[in-house]
Amino acid sequence: MSAETERSSTESCPASGLDFEDTALTLTLRLPGSSSSSAADADRKRGASSSTSPAAHQSPSLAAAGAPPAPKAQVVGWPPVRSFHKNALAAKFVKVAVDGAPYLRKVNLHDYAGYDHLIRALQDKFCSHFTIRRFGNDETKLVDAVNGTEYVPTYEDKDGDWMLVGDVPWKMFVEACQRVRLMKNSEAVNLAPRAAR
Amino acid sequence: MGRAGGPAAPPWHSLPDEVWEHAFSFLPADADRGAAACACHGWLRAERRSRRRLVVPNCYATDPRDAVDRFPSVRAAEVKGKPHFADFGLLPPSWGAYAAPWVAAAADGWPLLEELSFKRMFVTDECLEMIASSFRNFQVLRLNSCEGFTTAGLAAITEGCRNLKELDLQENYIDDCSSHWLSNFPECYTSLEALNFSCLHGEVNFTVLERLVSRCRNLKTLKLNNAIPLDNVASLLRKAPQIIELGTGKFSADYHPDLFAKVEAAFAGCTSLRRLSGTWDAVPDYLPAFYCVCEGLTSLNLSYATVQGPELIKFISRCKNLLQLWVMDLIEDHGLSVVASSCSKLQELRVFPSDPFGHNGGQVFLTERGLVDVSASCPKLESVLYFCSRMTNEALVMIAKNRPNFTCFRLALLEPRSPDYITRQPLDAGFSAIVESCKGLRRLSMSGLLTDLVFKSIGAHADRLEMLSLAFAGDSDLGLNDILSGCKSLKKLEIRDCPFGDKALLANAAKLETMRSLWMNSCSLTVGGCRLLALKMPHLTVEIINDPGETCPVESLPFDSPVEKLYVYRTLAGPRSDTPDCVQIV
Repeated sequence: MSAETERSSTESCPASGLDFEDTALTLTLRLPGSSSSSAADADRKRGASSSTSPAAHQSPSLAAAGAPPAPKAQVVGWPPVRSFHKNALAAKFVKVAVDGAPYLRKVNLHDYAGYDHLIRALQDKFCSHFTIRRFGNDETKLVDAVNGTEYVPTYEDKDGDWMLVGDVPWKMFVEACQRVRLMKNSEAVNLAPRAAR
Repeated sequence: MGRAGGPAAPPWHSLPDEVWEHAFSFLPADADRGAAACACHGWLRAERRSRRRLVVPNCYATDPRDAVDRFPSVRAAEVKGKPHFADFGLLPPSWGAYAAPWVAAAADGWPLLEELSFKRMFVTDECLEMIASSFRNFQVLRLNSCEGFTTAGLAAITEGCRNLKELDLQENYIDDCSSHWLSNFPECYTSLEALNFSCLHGEVNFTVLERLVSRCRNLKTLKLNNAIPLDNVASLLRKAPQIIELGTGKFSADYHPDLFAKVEAAFAGCTSLRRLSGTWDAVPDYLPAFYCVCEGLTSLNLSYATVQGPELIKFISRCKNLLQLWVMDLIEDHGLSVVASSCSKLQELRVFPSDPFGHNGGQVFLTERGLVDVSASCPKLESVLYFCSRMTNEALVMIAKNRPNFTCFRLALLEPRSPDYITRQPLDAGFSAIVESCKGLRRLSMSGLLTDLVFKSIGAHADRLEMLSLAFAGDSDLGLNDILSGCKSLKKLEIRDCPFGDKALLANAAKLETMRSLWMNSCSLTVGGCRLLALKMPHLTVEIINDPGETCPVESLPFDSPVEKLYVYRTLAGPRSDTPDCVQIV
């Protein structure tokens, strides 16, 4: 499990990618009236609720006062749908291109629980001699072990812009992604640098 | 039948055990047999020695060897393992529920065992090999939502169980070792009556399957996997027109008139077909090929089918004798109103979400309207599972008024804490109406915005309620207290993300021993509270479950450390010894 317990739940972060339900964006709220131990919650992965009356509808994503409207928050295991059912749902197939490869592949983004899972699948699909190299600042690159070429995973979003994979929450990425390109590192440096965490 | 002098003993005291055993065989429910066994030693002896069917709803409630010792004549056993919320990823994978001790005990003490069912348990290939070699008259194996085994284990079963009648694999996670499990059925083997391999991913040898189906003239149930194309399904049906239950697997193909005609002809021969399921991938053109069987269908499971539109509705409207319908919300309100007017015998409806996580922009297909219509027009409707995006108190009140005969009502609103979308009020009034009206309600799942008020109603009125599921509901411990101090028949309680704390649990500790189990995650429990509960109730196992990788020993944590996941269950066996690091029994 990734170190998501140290992060505030209101900060968006890439999913650990381990299990479909265990995405890092697990915001759970408790309504007022919970026990006094809620004071200890501040640094736990579950966010504390704002003190609204129970009658008011409260979007689970607006945990912190004044936070910008977050995308629909995904809670682990809700709605209560079994994985067998999820597998039957509409697929989202996107093309995947690797610079220098003769043909493209297609992957179903709904098959994957998160970024780690997707990267590993890309590794399997394209070349068994790709290794995954993770950097301290959370960047992930695929490296061709044969010739040392580094590939950076990028994707085209709904606006037609080419983005670095991994910045936005996984579910948001699945929604926005139109195609994926493993870009040679030499070209990728031209993409906008990531915002500091 | 002698009579002693002095005060005359009632004559039935000296009846031989066989008479009592015969009498007990007329008691349909295990609970009745259990009650009879409590009457006196004689009845206890006669009942337990003649018990043929044993259900163990919690595999950790007893040591398997004790169960085998107590009921030595069992021919059919069913054992369930993980709690229900494991289905939604809330339990770490290594939690437990191993089938091996049960298989070993059964192999030792029940050599005449004929049927074995496991649900939500960890079953290994070694277990399957042991089953295949230990019971000479083994006939039925049912594995539901299990994992830990491969097709190699299945091969041991198909090879070793010469009298196998039923192999039912439902929603298991099975590793495909490309073992030719299907080919292992000997050529002389003809006793197969039910085969369900819908959850297997790999290819099966179709020729072998076809020969198997041809020679097993008693085959009644056949549920195929996605690897079998439509053309082959039609061929199989021609070999087995006597089939009663069919799962078609991946029912998708480009439209070809020849294929359509073949499918139509194949189904026309299946005059006994009553139950139909499959993963239908939106091919409306083929639905008319089924029209000939619609009238006879009592059960239709389209919960894996993404087919929609007028063809779907036309198809369902022809199924006038449906008792059970499982479908995706792609049917929409309009489709359900057609169901309401066409399927007057409907008893069970389940509607599943086609876009549970809003990947398709949160399009709304289905509202409260659909459920209101069906409950108004289907007088026999008693069981509902309904996923939708919005609800009102008014709709729930209407549903409650129309259908006081509900025994199972499960409503899952996609967004946690959704209020009545018109009045913006909590849905307390609606759910209260349900429990007040439906006096026979045995199972209830609630969602949406709910305050402590609704729990007052439930505690007071839900006398027959056996299973309650709560999510993102309530304001305080009062809510949980009302449930635990009321609900006379409560057996299973599962709670997630509710502001319930230790107080209500400790105040109602004794209640927990009358229940089978309690699950709570993401509530307001503390380590100290759980420790107190365990101290107070020695016959309960109190498990604190952390995320895998978090193994901070509970003893070293302060009293008010929060508990993320709690699982409490009564047991005769004491604390289990097979816990992984992330589970601690206090």
